[in-house]
Amino acid sequence: MSIDTAPTAGATALDATSSVGTRRDVLRRLLMTLGPILVALVIAGCILLAVGVDPLAYYGYVLEKGLFSPLGIQQTLTRMAPLLFLAAGLIVAFRAGMWNLGGDGQFLLGAVTAAASAPMFVEVMPAWLALFCAFVVATLVAMVWSLVPALLRAYQGVNEIITTLMMTFLGTSLANVLVKLLFRDPGTTVPQTRTLPVEDRLPRLFDTTITSGLLFGLAAIIIVHLVMTRTAFGLRLRVVGANPRAAVHAGLGVPGLTIAVFAISAGLAGLAGAVDIIGVQGNVRADWNPAYGLAVIPAVFLARMNGFAAIGFVFLLSVLSIGGESAARRLGVPNHFTLVLVSIVLIVLALAEYVDHRYNQSRKA
Amino acid sequence: MTGLFSEVFLSALLFGAVTAAVPLLLAGLGEQMSEKAGVLNIGIEGMMLAGAYLGFVGAFYSGSLWLGFLTGAAGGVAVALVMALLCVRIGLNQIVIGIALTLGLEGLTALLHHFQFSRSYPRLPAPNPTVIPTLVDIPVIGPAFFKHHLIVYLAVALVFAMGYLYRRTQLGLNLQAAGDKPAALDVAGIDVIRTRTIAVLSTGALAGLGGAYLANVGAGLFIPFITNGAGFLGIVLAMLARGRPVWVLFGALLFGVCLSLTTAMQVAGINIPTDVIQMLPFLAVMIMLVLFGRRASLPAALGIPYERGAR
Repeated sequence: MSIDTAPTAGATALDATSSVGTRRDVLRRLLMTLGPILVALVIAGCILLAVGVDPLAYYGYVLEKGLFSPLGIQQTLTRMAPLLFLAAGLIVAFRAGMWNLGGDGQFLLGAVTAAASAPMFVEVMPAWLALFCAFVVATLVAMVWSLVPALLRAYQGVNEIITTLMMTFLGTSLANVLVKLLFRDPGTTVPQTRTLPVEDRLPRLFDTTITSGLLFGLAAIIIVHLVMTRTAFGLRLRVVGANPRAAVHAGLGVPGLTIAVFAISAGLAGLAGAVDIIGVQGNVRADWNPAYGLAVIPAVFLARMNGFAAIGFVFLLSVLSIGGESAARRLGVPNHFTLVLVSIVLIVLALAEYVDHRYNQSRKA
Repeated sequence: MTGLFSEVFLSALLFGAVTAAVPLLLAGLGEQMSEKAGVLNIGIEGMMLAGAYLGFVGAFYSGSLWLGFLTGAAGGVAVALVMALLCVRIGLNQIVIGIALTLGLEGLTALLHHFQFSRSYPRLPAPNPTVIPTLVDIPVIGPAFFKHHLIVYLAVALVFAMGYLYRRTQLGLNLQAAGDKPAALDVAGIDVIRTRTIAVLSTGALAGLGGAYLANVGAGLFIPFITNGAGFLGIVLAMLARGRPVWVLFGALLFGVCLSLTTAMQVAGINIPTDVIQMLPFLAVMIMLVLFGRRASLPAALGIPYERGAR
């Protein structure tokens, strides 16, 4: 058999949908999430102490900037928009048992496409239509980019972990080449694309600085969740994920579904890039690579590929990254500490889930 | 076009290719061992970073390159120990833990570097090469391949040692069984968890060594994120090699040539963005996959934690 890691993914995917959330269950889940985060904060605090930084001051700044200050929470919510699209794309792929680890390449190509096309469209059509077209083009480019791994997996059985990883290296370089050679703004010395004027970007929500991309992101992830859990198409994909051989015997067109999964997953990653550019950044600088995908992948796993849980984890990631940036600046710690913090949170959460699972098993036995 | 394709230029290019290939080779060989035993080791980038940092620290404070390699390998093993504990012993998701370890080590090594070296950026002296007599006199090839640090020759010897290990020894057979049909190995009375732990720890040692080589010999210093995806390239190499150590060597050399070409073009002042050249090895491999991609023979139990008695 050529399919390697699919069975485990399928098992968790099917588990997650069958668990009916009672109130006690939700409460326990909440406890099992907040508890480990506290533990992780304590462990990370010890590292801060070791390098001579007051952990309480650090966390104070993280919370103040990431969660409680009006400006900070708006930034946090804005940061969520691209992460939600990425998470939605990963949920589709992982539930179908396909390890799309190429999110960053798809994201960057979507971002560059949107950054290059939006200023051009804006000149010839009304702003709303221009943005819509930019979104469509970005999605299409990301979809096309995923076609090679999709076809190789669907018809040749080539493992998609290698191909998507390679395509992400290729995509990152290609995005840079495009920015430096093809879409370079002649008016600047630093290589970057033409900047989309602020008034033409995605509107902000009410009187805040929150991008309306957040609403699209939330809509995307909820739609993905409902499609995967409530529709026949979603069921087909989950069957492919749980057991591709059984799927063939059930008469499903596995190659076609594989290509569809890659297209949806990559399209959402491309949208993530577009929403970050059209909503927030306005242009792409050369060598810009926020590498969101790497942090979102484990978060989606920890959410057990459940869309609603993923929203929670994405929120947590955003608080940590926005708050961490600010706290690092104020205390003179390099921003890299945020990576350490995120890593410890992920590991402790994974451990807590294991402990919880064992506890449940021993209670049943 | 006098300077560009001269003998000196070519041999410098190939010399750089070998230097760039060694970390990839070590990472690829390490990842291959984990994968054979059924563990998809995505934390290898983190292991390389730990090796690069600790290897540099060891070499910098002791003044001995060999001690640096030792501390580098130890750093890789330390990270691998966490991975073995979490992913092999208690069976947590390998992708989650692997990525988390990579993120964590990226942050941790950058943080430590900031507090220790960011003001001085110390460098190590250039390593003493071991020159292989007579062979080194061959034009172009001689200075490119036979004037490296001793560890480079050892790394190449390791390729063949690995080949022997997988084909001729009990341990090699056990490793492959742990990846293909762990239950069968268990029935034969051999501890699957132990076999996989050995594999993951060896991966850590090799990746750490690769990282230490990258920092101490390749660059002469440690900078944050120095591995820059070398670990992920190692994963790609291991998967493309389909279980054969020699193919990892060829793959590493191919990527090494392209990486070296990037530097050479910059030195020669050719006005192509380096990104174009960086794309070459991946393009080559993707084209190869499109043309010849048959069903890749990955171990059947890759990525699946083994739990005794579970069905």
